Amino acid sequence: MKLHCGLTAENLAAKFGLHEKGLDFEVVFVDWVAGESKTKAFLANFNPFGQVPVLEDGDLKLFESKAITRYLAEQYRDVGTDLLPNDPKERAIMSMWMEINTNQFHPFASTLIRELIIKPYQGLATDFTSVQESEMKLSEVLNIYEARLGEFPYLAGESFSLADLHHLPPIHYMLRMEEEGVKDLIYSRPNITAWVEKMKSRPAWLKTVVKGDHIFELTKQRRLPIQFDASCHELTSVAQTTTMVTGNN
Amino acid sequence: MSNTNSLPMDCLKMVFNLFPNWKRATEVKKLGYKLHGNPFSTNTRRVLAVLFEKGLSYEPITVDLKAGEHKKDSFLSLNPFGQVPVLEDGNLKLSESRAITQYIAYVHSSRGTQLLNLQSHETMAILTMWMEIEAHQFDPFASKLTWEQVIKPIFGLETDHMVVKENEACLEKVLDVYEKRLGESRFLACNTFTLADLHHLPNIQFLLDTPTKRLFENRPKVRNWVHEITSREAWKMACDQEESWFGKSGNK
Repeated sequence: MKLHCGLTAENLAAKFGLHEKGLDFEVVFVDWVAGESKTKAFLANFNPFGQVPVLEDGDLKLFESKAITRYLAEQYRDVGTDLLPNDPKERAIMSMWMEINTNQFHPFASTLIRELIIKPYQGLATDFTSVQESEMKLSEVLNIYEARLGEFPYLAGESFSLADLHHLPPIHYMLRMEEEGVKDLIYSRPNITAWVEKMKSRPAWLKTVVKGDHIFELTKQRRLPIQFDASCHELTSVAQTTTMVTGNN
Repeated sequence: MSNTNSLPMDCLKMVFNLFPNWKRATEVKKLGYKLHGNPFSTNTRRVLAVLFEKGLSYEPITVDLKAGEHKKDSFLSLNPFGQVPVLEDGNLKLSESRAITQYIAYVHSSRGTQLLNLQSHETMAILTMWMEIEAHQFDPFASKLTWEQVIKPIFGLETDHMVVKENEACLEKVLDVYEKRLGESRFLACNTFTLADLHHLPNIQFLLDTPTKRLFENRPKVRNWVHEITSREAWKMACDQEESWFGKSGNK
């Protein structure tokens, strides 16, 4: 199994899913910012929409992070964490919270990530009006999450599921921003904070974020090194794809 | 079925056919689906389409969007995000049209039109992927175009032609990918009509009455696909406000 990926929250979500399932996979780093996912070869072979992550499992090539994690949850039902409720009604609630992530949460969270992390990295100016608007709107949305997580430990009910999984990566990025207002959106809400802390201590998340953080720190310096520390057995270069083999410990 | 069982069954079927409202009322009572929404709303129509494809009965309950009913406390207790539609199934209150359509398609997968591709996990994964593509790549532009050109005029607001131009340019790129895909596959996910195609219907239908129509017409495969999916009986009924909503008894 190969995962072609970059650094955005969607990529972390796909990795998180793979680690929850305890699956072995090869990471192929695609430099989205440098336009590597828009090359003719990438569009033709992997994703005509020019985006990562893309999962290769045998003959199957899958993109869209929620389709990837859904596939992993169903195909690899019997291994690792169970990410899907069995009961159709509980599963419908999980689907609903995945849609809520897409329609209510993501538009504002992704604006914050774009304005406060991606644009500075690209050397572009942050639109602070956009940031303020997104903070306000996200605050209203998070009030509803706060109420929900007061009734149940996880979004779909009693157990961790795909619905929770897809929220952690963007929240992880929000908590790394310098803007106090953004961090406050999470920390001023005790139920949400408890939920986030619980998820952050999951072994699969720790695996996801350790490797991810390494690259994140490097991109903050606006360059990628030619070679990582030998103990990681990793090689990377700016213009070429990177392959990392992660084992399942 | 043995002969001894078939007589009472045939009588019941005959009675049901003579009194269609009774049949519907019985089924509504048995299923108990209540659909809170508005027959004009794209998201409500998405759910209506699936209900008709499956031949399922439901009780429509109008939420007066123009009067702001969806932002009032009584509705917010159904969906705190203040949006239609909401499906009530017993204790289950489900919002988000694409979660509702998937729920119905799974629970009633052996009935009516097959809207999923359950052959294997791989085929379902491709279907899920195309549903995500509709939601992430197509809908953002299509729904803005519907908003600017169809909804705003109804509320007496002016269409912003710059926004229309920008979103059409983005939608063109998406439809180029669709054109290629529909050259390889009869429908988006596979060779049969599925939820992945159905989810596109509400916005496409509205956009066919606007200049944006030309984006679909200019691409032969997309044009054929649009024609095929919008011609479906179930979709036509979902768009018929009398048939799908106001004509149903028990509707407030």
